[in-house]
Amino acid sequence: MTMDKDAVGASGAPFTLEVERGKIAEFARATHGADPAYFRPERAVVPPTFLTTILFWETLVEGANPWARLKMDQQRGMHAEQEYEFHGPPPRAGDRLTCTSKVTELYEKAGRRGGVLTFAVMVPEFRDATGRLVATAKMTGVETERAPDEGGATGGGK
Amino acid sequence: MTPRWDDLTEGQGPSPRELGPLTRTDFVRYQGASGDMNPIHHDEPFARAAGYPAPLAVGMFQAGALATWAADWLGPENVRKTRVRWKEQCWPGDVLHFSAKVVKKYESDTGERRVDLELSAVRAGGGVAVQAWATFVVPR
Repeated sequence: MTMDKDAVGASGAPFTLEVERGKIAEFARATHGADPAYFRPERAVVPPTFLTTILFWETLVEGANPWARLKMDQQRGMHAEQEYEFHGPPPRAGDRLTCTSKVTELYEKAGRRGGVLTFAVMVPEFRDATGRLVATAKMTGVETERAPDEGGATGGGK
Repeated sequence: MTPRWDDLTEGQGPSPRELGPLTRTDFVRYQGASGDMNPIHHDEPFARAAGYPAPLAVGMFQAGALATWAADWLGPENVRKTRVRWKEQCWPGDVLHFSAKVVKKYESDTGERRVDLELSAVRAGGGVAVQAWATFVVPR
Protein backbone atom coordinates (compact mmCIF):
# COMPACT_ATOMS: atom_id res chain seq x y z
CA MET A 1 0.00 0.00 0.00
CA THR A 2 1.28 3.44 -0.88
CA MET A 3 -1.36 5.35 1.08
CA ASP A 4 -0.64 6.77 4.50
CA LYS A 5 -2.23 4.77 7.36
CA ASP A 6 -1.62 7.66 9.73
CA ALA A 7 -4.31 9.64 7.88
CA VAL A 8 -7.03 7.45 9.42
CA GLY A 9 -8.77 9.48 12.11
CA ALA A 10 -7.71 12.81 10.61
CA SER A 11 -10.41 15.50 10.70
CA GLY A 12 -10.61 18.53 8.43
CA ALA A 13 -11.28 22.07 9.58
CA PRO A 14 -15.04 22.80 9.84
CA PHE A 15 -16.46 24.82 6.95
CA THR A 16 -19.82 26.30 5.99
CA LEU A 17 -22.13 25.15 3.22
CA GLU A 18 -24.73 27.77 2.29
CA VAL A 19 -27.68 25.98 0.69
CA GLU A 20 -28.63 28.41 -2.07
CA ARG A 21 -31.59 28.56 -4.45
CA GLY A 22 -29.46 29.28 -7.53
CA LYS A 23 -27.07 26.39 -6.88
CA ILE A 24 -29.96 24.01 -6.20
CA ALA A 25 -31.63 24.92 -9.53
CA GLU A 26 -28.32 24.72 -11.40
CA PHE A 27 -27.49 21.35 -9.86
CA ALA A 28 -30.97 19.96 -10.53
CA ARG A 29 -30.72 21.04 -14.17
CA ALA A 30 -27.25 19.47 -14.44
CA THR A 31 -28.55 16.13 -13.08
CA HIS A 32 -31.69 16.30 -15.28
CA GLY A 33 -34.07 16.70 -12.34
CA ALA A 34 -37.63 17.62 -13.29
CA ASP A 35 -39.46 18.05 -9.97
CA PRO A 36 -40.74 21.62 -9.49
CA ALA A 37 -39.57 21.50 -5.84
CA TYR A 38 -35.99 22.14 -7.06
CA PHE A 39 -36.92 25.30 -8.94
CA ARG A 40 -39.42 27.07 -6.70
CA PRO A 41 -38.48 30.52 -5.40
CA GLU A 42 -38.94 29.74 -1.69
CA ARG A 43 -37.28 26.93 0.26
CA ALA A 44 -36.31 24.86 -2.80
CA VAL A 45 -35.33 21.31 -1.80
CA VAL A 46 -31.90 19.88 -2.67
CA PRO A 47 -31.46 17.02 -5.17
CA PRO A 48 -30.34 13.70 -3.58
CA THR A 49 -26.59 14.09 -4.32
CA PHE A 50 -26.44 17.89 -3.87
CA LEU A 51 -24.11 17.78 -0.87
CA THR A 52 -21.28 16.92 -3.28
CA THR A 53 -21.12 20.71 -3.75
CA ILE A 54 -18.86 20.78 -0.68
CA LEU A 55 -16.19 20.27 -3.36
CA PHE A 56 -16.47 24.04 -3.86
CA TRP A 57 -17.15 25.20 -0.29
CA GLU A 58 -14.29 23.24 1.24
CA THR A 59 -11.82 25.14 -0.98
CA LEU A 60 -12.62 28.33 0.96
CA VAL A 61 -11.20 26.97 4.21
CA GLU A 62 -7.64 25.78 4.48
CA GLY A 63 -7.34 22.22 5.75
CA ALA A 64 -11.06 21.47 5.30
CA ASN A 65 -10.52 18.29 3.31
CA PRO A 66 -8.32 15.67 5.06
CA TRP A 67 -8.40 13.33 2.01
CA ALA A 68 -5.05 14.62 0.71
CA ARG A 69 -3.36 13.24 3.83
CA LEU A 70 -3.99 9.73 2.47
CA LYS A 71 -1.56 10.52 -0.38
CA MET A 72 -3.56 8.47 -2.88
CA ASP A 73 -1.85 8.15 -6.27
CA GLN A 74 -3.88 10.35 -8.64
CA GLN A 75 -3.11 8.08 -11.62
CA ARG A 76 -4.35 4.95 -9.88
CA GLY A 77 -7.04 6.39 -7.65
CA MET A 78 -10.74 6.73 -8.33
CA HIS A 79 -14.13 7.18 -6.74
CA ALA A 80 -15.63 3.74 -5.99
CA GLU A 81 -18.74 4.46 -3.92
CA GLN A 82 -20.65 7.45 -2.56
CA GLU A 83 -23.45 7.64 -0.01
CA TYR A 84 -25.69 10.44 1.31
CA GLU A 85 -27.99 9.99 4.28
CA PHE A 86 -30.48 12.63 5.43
CA HIS A 87 -31.51 12.24 9.09
CA GLY A 88 -34.89 13.81 8.32
CA PRO A 89 -36.21 15.90 5.41
CA PRO A 90 -33.40 17.01 3.04
CA PRO A 91 -31.87 20.50 3.38
CA ARG A 92 -33.59 23.44 1.70
CA ALA A 93 -32.53 26.77 0.27
CA GLY A 94 -31.71 29.16 3.09
CA ASP A 95 -30.19 26.50 5.33
CA ARG A 96 -26.66 27.04 6.55
CA LEU A 97 -24.80 23.83 7.37
CA THR A 98 -21.48 23.30 9.07
CA CYS A 99 -19.53 20.43 7.61
CA THR A 100 -16.62 18.49 9.09
CA SER A 101 -14.92 15.70 7.11
CA LYS A 102 -13.06 12.83 8.72
CA VAL A 103 -11.00 9.97 7.27
CA THR A 104 -12.47 6.85 8.93
CA GLU A 105 -11.08 3.74 7.21
CA LEU A 106 -8.27 2.35 5.09
CA TYR A 107 -8.33 -1.31 4.04
CA GLU A 108 -7.15 -3.70 1.32
CA LYS A 109 -9.00 -6.25 -0.79
CA ALA A 110 -7.92 -8.63 -3.54
CA GLY A 111 -9.06 -7.33 -6.96
CA ARG A 112 -11.24 -9.41 -9.28
CA ARG A 113 -8.53 -9.45 -11.93
CA GLY A 114 -5.54 -9.76 -9.65
CA GLY A 115 -3.66 -7.14 -7.74
CA VAL A 116 -4.54 -5.48 -4.50
CA LEU A 117 -7.14 -2.73 -4.19
CA THR A 118 -6.73 -0.23 -1.38
CA PHE A 119 -9.94 1.44 -0.21
CA ALA A 120 -10.15 4.66 1.80
CA VAL A 121 -13.26 6.15 3.38
CA MET A 122 -14.03 9.75 4.30
CA VAL A 123 -17.17 10.81 6.19
CA PRO A 124 -18.35 14.43 5.99
CA GLU A 125 -20.99 15.32 8.64
CA PHE A 126 -23.43 18.20 8.19
CA ARG A 127 -24.94 20.02 11.18
CA ASP A 128 -27.36 22.93 11.53
CA ALA A 129 -26.94 25.98 13.78
CA THR A 130 -28.25 24.05 16.80
CA GLY A 131 -25.68 21.28 16.29
CA ARG A 132 -28.27 18.76 15.08
CA LEU A 133 -26.87 16.20 12.63
CA VAL A 134 -28.74 16.89 9.36
CA ALA A 135 -26.85 14.67 6.93
CA THR A 136 -23.94 12.27 6.72
CA ALA A 137 -22.00 11.49 3.55
CA LYS A 138 -19.58 8.65 2.95
CA MET A 139 -17.03 8.70 0.17
CA THR A 140 -15.08 5.57 -0.73
CA GLY A 141 -12.05 5.88 -2.98
CA VAL A 142 -9.98 3.04 -4.36
CA GLU A 143 -6.36 2.87 -5.45
CA THR A 144 -5.36 0.10 -7.83
CA GLU A 145 -1.92 -1.46 -8.22
CA ARG A 146 -1.98 -0.51 -11.93
CA ALA A 147 -3.42 2.50 -13.77
CA PRO A 148 -7.15 1.98 -14.47
CA ASP A 149 -7.99 1.12 -18.06
CA GLU A 150 -11.12 1.74 -20.10
CA GLY A 151 -14.17 -0.12 -18.89
CA GLY A 152 -13.52 0.07 -15.18
CA ALA A 153 -11.61 -3.23 -14.95
CA THR A 154 -10.99 -2.60 -11.28
CA GLY A 155 -14.56 -1.94 -10.28
CA GLY A 156 -14.09 1.78 -9.82
CA GLY A 157 -15.58 4.40 -12.00
CA LYS A 158 -14.54 7.99 -11.88
CA MET B 1 -47.94 12.32 -9.33
CA THR B 2 -46.05 10.81 -6.40
CA PRO B 3 -47.26 7.24 -5.69
CA ARG B 4 -49.11 6.73 -2.41
CA TRP B 5 -48.28 4.09 0.18
CA ASP B 6 -51.23 1.84 -0.70
CA ASP B 7 -50.30 1.94 -4.38
CA LEU B 8 -46.68 0.84 -3.90
CA THR B 9 -45.72 -2.83 -4.06
CA GLU B 10 -42.40 -4.68 -3.91
CA GLY B 11 -41.05 -5.22 -7.44
CA GLN B 12 -42.70 -2.04 -8.69
CA GLY B 13 -40.76 0.82 -10.27
CA PRO B 14 -41.08 3.95 -12.38
CA SER B 15 -41.21 3.74 -16.18
CA PRO B 16 -37.62 3.17 -17.37
CA ARG B 17 -35.77 6.22 -18.61
CA GLU B 18 -33.18 6.75 -21.32
CA LEU B 19 -30.49 9.41 -20.78
CA GLY B 20 -28.23 10.50 -23.61
CA PRO B 21 -26.41 10.37 -25.87
CA LEU B 22 -24.15 11.95 -23.21
CA THR B 23 -22.29 15.07 -24.34
CA ARG B 24 -19.25 16.97 -23.20
CA THR B 25 -21.69 19.77 -22.39
CA ASP B 26 -23.44 17.47 -19.91
CA PHE B 27 -20.09 16.93 -18.15
CA VAL B 28 -19.15 20.62 -18.15
CA ARG B 29 -22.56 21.71 -16.85
CA TYR B 30 -22.32 19.14 -14.08
CA GLN B 31 -18.77 20.13 -13.19
CA GLY B 32 -19.73 23.79 -12.88
CA ALA B 33 -22.74 22.88 -10.74
CA SER B 34 -20.81 20.54 -8.43
CA GLY B 35 -17.44 22.27 -8.11
CA ASP B 36 -15.47 19.24 -9.36
CA MET B 37 -13.23 20.88 -11.98
CA ASN B 38 -11.00 17.86 -12.77
CA PRO B 39 -9.80 18.51 -16.37
CA ILE B 40 -9.99 14.79 -17.22
CA HIS B 41 -13.75 15.35 -17.76
CA HIS B 42 -13.58 18.27 -20.22
CA ASP B 43 -10.03 18.91 -21.48
CA GLU B 44 -9.54 16.71 -24.56
CA PRO B 45 -5.70 16.94 -24.78
CA PHE B 46 -5.44 16.35 -21.01
CA ALA B 47 -7.67 13.25 -21.22
CA ARG B 48 -5.74 11.85 -24.21
CA ALA B 49 -2.40 12.45 -22.48
CA ALA B 50 -3.76 10.39 -19.57
CA GLY B 51 -4.45 7.52 -21.98
CA TYR B 52 -8.18 7.95 -22.49
CA PRO B 53 -9.87 8.14 -25.92
CA ALA B 54 -11.98 11.14 -24.85
CA PRO B 55 -12.94 13.06 -21.69
CA LEU B 56 -14.62 10.53 -19.43
CA ALA B 57 -17.94 11.24 -17.80
CA VAL B 58 -17.95 12.52 -14.21
CA GLY B 59 -18.99 9.51 -12.13
CA MET B 60 -21.17 11.70 -9.91
CA PHE B 61 -22.96 13.06 -13.00
CA GLN B 62 -24.53 9.76 -14.07
CA ALA B 63 -24.94 8.70 -10.43
CA GLY B 64 -26.63 11.99 -9.57
CA ALA B 65 -28.91 11.77 -12.61
CA LEU B 66 -29.94 8.24 -11.58
CA ALA B 67 -30.71 9.25 -7.98
CA THR B 68 -32.52 12.40 -9.11
CA TRP B 69 -34.66 10.36 -11.50
CA ALA B 70 -35.77 8.18 -8.55
CA ALA B 71 -36.51 11.35 -6.55
CA ASP B 72 -38.67 12.63 -9.40
CA TRP B 73 -40.76 9.48 -8.90
CA LEU B 74 -41.08 9.38 -5.08
CA GLY B 75 -40.55 13.07 -4.27
CA PRO B 76 -37.26 14.87 -3.54
CA GLU B 77 -38.40 15.84 -0.03
CA ASN B 78 -38.86 12.12 0.75
CA VAL B 79 -35.27 11.00 0.05
CA ARG B 80 -33.48 9.71 3.14
CA LYS B 81 -30.54 7.75 1.75
CA THR B 82 -28.77 7.10 -1.54
CA ARG B 83 -25.72 4.96 -2.17
CA VAL B 84 -24.04 4.60 -5.55
CA ARG B 85 -21.29 2.31 -6.82
CA TRP B 86 -19.51 2.72 -10.15
CA LYS B 87 -18.96 -0.34 -12.31
CA GLU B 88 -18.02 0.98 -15.77
CA GLN B 89 -16.86 4.34 -17.01
CA CYS B 90 -19.09 6.35 -19.33
CA TRP B 91 -18.10 8.35 -22.40
CA PRO B 92 -19.48 11.03 -24.72
CA GLY B 93 -22.06 9.38 -26.99
CA ASP B 94 -23.15 6.80 -24.40
CA VAL B 95 -26.87 6.21 -23.96
CA LEU B 96 -27.82 5.11 -20.44
CA HIS B 97 -30.90 3.12 -19.49
CA PHE B 98 -32.16 3.79 -15.97
CA SER B 99 -34.29 1.29 -14.08
CA ALA B 100 -35.44 1.02 -10.48
CA LYS B 101 -37.66 -1.18 -8.37
CA VAL B 102 -38.95 -1.33 -4.83
CA VAL B 103 -37.17 -4.18 -3.00
CA LYS B 104 -38.62 -3.58 0.47
CA LYS B 105 -41.73 -1.84 1.80
CA TYR B 106 -41.78 -1.45 5.59
CA GLU B 107 -42.36 0.69 8.65
CA SER B 108 -39.24 1.91 10.44
CA ASP B 109 -38.67 1.63 14.21
CA THR B 110 -40.18 5.09 14.55
CA GLY B 111 -43.30 4.05 12.60
CA GLU B 112 -42.25 5.90 9.46
CA ARG B 113 -43.39 4.29 6.20
CA ARG B 114 -40.42 3.59 3.96
CA VAL B 115 -39.40 1.87 0.75
CA ASP B 116 -35.94 0.68 -0.28
CA LEU B 117 -35.09 0.77 -3.98
CA GLU B 118 -32.46 -0.87 -6.14
CA LEU B 119 -31.44 1.11 -9.21
CA SER B 120 -29.13 0.75 -12.14
CA ALA B 121 -27.83 2.70 -15.10
CA VAL B 122 -26.82 0.43 -17.99
CA ARG B 123 -24.83 1.59 -21.03
CA ALA B 124 -26.51 0.73 -24.33
CA GLY B 125 -24.25 -1.88 -25.92
CA GLY B 126 -22.23 -2.14 -22.69
CA GLY B 127 -22.60 -3.15 -19.09
CA VAL B 128 -23.85 -1.71 -15.83
CA ALA B 129 -22.31 1.73 -15.33
CA VAL B 130 -23.85 2.56 -11.95
CA GLN B 131 -25.54 0.43 -9.29
CA ALA B 132 -27.47 2.30 -6.64
CA TRP B 133 -29.63 1.84 -3.58
CA ALA B 134 -32.03 4.37 -2.11
CA THR B 135 -34.43 4.77 0.80
CA PHE B 136 -37.49 7.05 0.67
CA VAL B 137 -40.19 7.80 3.18
CA VAL B 138 -43.71 7.57 1.80
CA PRO B 139 -46.30 10.02 3.13
CA ARG B 140 -49.65 8.55 4.13
